Amino acid sequence: MAKGAVEIIIERCKGCGFCVEFCPTKVLALSPAFNAKGYHAPHVVASDKCSGCDLCGMFCPDFAIHGWREKKASA
Amino acid sequence: MSTELIHPENPVEQFLRSDRIPHIWCPGCGIGTTVNCFTRALIDSKANLDKLAIVSGIGCTGRVAGYLDLDSFHTTHGRAIPFATGLKLANPDLSVVVYSGDGDLFAIGGNHFIHAARRNVDIKVVCVNNLVYAMTGGQTGPTTPGSVVTATNPYGTFEPSFNLPQLAEAAGAVYVARWTTFHVRQLARSMYEMFQKKGFSFIEVLSPCPTLYQRRNKMGDGLDTMKSYKEKSKKRDGAPTSEVPLTRDGEIVVGKFVDRERPDYLTLMKAQFQASLGERYQEPEMHSGCEFEQSEIDGGTICQ
Repeated sequence: MAKGAVEIIIERCKGCGFCVEFCPTKVLALSPAFNAKGYHAPHVVASDKCSGCDLCGMFCPDFAIHGWREKKASA
Repeated sequence: MSTELIHPENPVEQFLRSDRIPHIWCPGCGIGTTVNCFTRALIDSKANLDKLAIVSGIGCTGRVAGYLDLDSFHTTHGRAIPFATGLKLANPDLSVVVYSGDGDLFAIGGNHFIHAARRNVDIKVVCVNNLVYAMTGGQTGPTTPGSVVTATNPYGTFEPSFNLPQLAEAAGAVYVARWTTFHVRQLARSMYEMFQKKGFSFIEVLSPCPTLYQRRNKMGDGLDTMKSYKEKSKKRDGAPTSEVPLTRDGEIVVGKFVDRERPDYLTLMKAQFQASLGERYQEPEMHSGCEFEQSEIDGGTICQ
């Protein structure tokens, strides 16, 4: 069970790759798919590793991604 | 019952004018990253958003005021600090933040910066430094390091550049720090400390300009610059600001350089008036915002 998760707003992304490079647990990779503006948005490749630290959300210059910690013992 | 997990909203979202997003900043530009840090600092400091004003000048960073859903003003070129000074003097309850770029604050607005720091007006200045005039096409600015190719120096710059922390300290700022857009947590922490500080506070944030600085100098894109920030930056809290100038490829010294106490402008003004007027001195009546009853407005009462 992953400790956290991320949400990506694909249409806001400009494909800078900050989130992919600086994710401490390497959860993300740039997707081969294009968004409407022709950028490669990131996608989650290792969701089980996500710690929900929200570093991707701090780095993202386009406000397109953020992470959160899952609550323990979720109902 | 919904099977979808309810998850928290992006913390930055509540501070954005979402109808203006996506913004105009280039892919790989770091200004959005500094906005993230700023909003985290706002959340942490539990700032009263009704008592907060953001003032920007002109330039790429000047657009921040337009994207933040706060009381913000986009001033004329270089005049963000004078406008902010006026705001603070007219309404001392306000927390006034100037959010602008290096060209705006240190070229056309350089004079205002040093005098606001000298007077120690209680405003907070965030300078996003991308080392060129970016919005106008990448000309040499006051912070451009030597040997850098720009639109106006195709054979490399030769002018000596400003060392912003040293300038701020010499002029009298009480809080001086420098970070890069790679240091997101530290920058958010520093902005939080800035909100707790009374007096002229200054934070310099180095940001990539992939379109006009890195591309001309064959330094790669925004991501390459972020990696170079990671490699080249060295944290030295309390380092003498004379030892932290920026060079084209050299080490980037980051950290909190100055954190000191000096009486601010309004305190000094009050003390002087009390000393010279004695009992004749009266506290000015301050209106905290324009909280008028409708009847007062109809009756023609004006702000005193």
